[in-house]
Amino acid sequence: MDLELMINSFPKLLNAAVITLKLLSVSLIIGLFIGLFFAILRLNKNIFINRFAYGYSYVFRGTPLLVQIFIIYFGLGQIEYLRSTVLWIILKEPYWCAIIAFALNTGAYTSEILRSAFQTIKPGIIEAGKSLGISNKVIFYKIQIPIAIRQSLPAYGNEIILMMKGTSLASTVTIMDLTGVAKYIISTTFKPIEVFIVAGGIYLFMTFIIHNVIKFLEKKYSFN
Amino acid sequence: MELLAFGDTGWGDELFYATLMTIAVSITAMFIGFLFALIFTPLKLSKNKFLNFIANSYTTIIRGVPELLVIYLFFFGGTGAVMYVASIFGYNEYIEINAFITGAFAIGIISGAYSTEVFRGAIQSIDKGQFEAANVLGLNNFGKFFKIILPQTLRLAIPNLSNVWQITLKDTSLISVTGLVEIMRQSYIAAGSTRDPLLFYSFAAVLYLLLTFVSMKLINRLEVKYSRGY
Repeated sequence: MDLELMINSFPKLLNAAVITLKLLSVSLIIGLFIGLFFAILRLNKNIFINRFAYGYSYVFRGTPLLVQIFIIYFGLGQIEYLRSTVLWIILKEPYWCAIIAFALNTGAYTSEILRSAFQTIKPGIIEAGKSLGISNKVIFYKIQIPIAIRQSLPAYGNEIILMMKGTSLASTVTIMDLTGVAKYIISTTFKPIEVFIVAGGIYLFMTFIIHNVIKFLEKKYSFN
Repeated sequence: MELLAFGDTGWGDELFYATLMTIAVSITAMFIGFLFALIFTPLKLSKNKFLNFIANSYTTIIRGVPELLVIYLFFFGGTGAVMYVASIFGYNEYIEINAFITGAFAIGIISGAYSTEVFRGAIQSIDKGQFEAANVLGLNNFGKFFKIILPQTLRLAIPNLSNVWQITLKDTSLISVTGLVEIMRQSYIAAGSTRDPLLFYSFAAVLYLLLTFVSMKLINRLEVKYSRGY
């Protein structure tokens, strides 16, 4: 055990953890909107819209995140037309490519979580709203969405943790996140175990915090 | 399309073998995962606090740390660890571990943590009466486990194990960083030498979709088989 290396690398890894958290939070926020959008499409009775939303979530859940990042980062740059548009400002940055891939990926999982939450809402609740003369729009925003959010909290908490682990793939497109810096230190010092303990410890700490925040929210918004 | 052709001009045959490699690594990793689950599930269910602690540490650490970090640990640390063990037995030559073994082992340990949780949940949800009935019938421990508990556990575990299989299959894409030529690595090589990353990575995505689709169909059959009588 090289304790000195562990102590020296701790601040570097902690700085890198900030980048991991940035990647995570930005992609979760964008992914939540994507997920809500596709969950609503899934509930649509039109078969084409429905199938389209299902296809989106199927493709993004059925392929590895690494492939998705590589298609966006290496693949899209190959299209000449894209290079001439404004989009290129975003797509030439590995940081934004990673965020686009993460957001689309978590969006697919989130849409499944929200869809099943919407579907488990008892029809009686919606009917009760209707019989009180509340408009459909208000029923959706004031009754269905809050219940769906509560229902999906445990599953969404898992998704946040999975996504946090997913952000480690950003290191494959040159972003120096927690895993990227850990790999750099390992390959320069050849001390994999020490670095793994420190970096893994930071990841576990973040998992622990996320887990407890979700647990707290679950309790706060529980039905009884 | 020429680029995907079989033979010397295209990458079709290379990608075909890479797909077989992905399947081989996934199955090996899933199998190693089952071996880990076989060890850690009883520890999780045990009444001994210390054994519980060991099993819980395993599943918590593995499920809380990114897969890529675990793979780097094995990739950079695997050779050192094996050579250390070998040196105890007096063998001091350089030992190179095959990328397949390192990769399958790293993914297997990850997959094992998920399988352990699945088996624990399935066994816990079996009615206590089943254990008691088996005792009353005078079955020995062996018969009790293989004839009464295991079939019921499998029925409950298969839907969740199919999720674990999907995770394992997708995780194998990460061992491309260690140089094992599976789908992702082969696409990377092909994309590099033809300068057509969009085609090859999209094709890789199609291959993975195909693998998940086919394996889901096969698992559904198993599910039907094990839920006979329900």
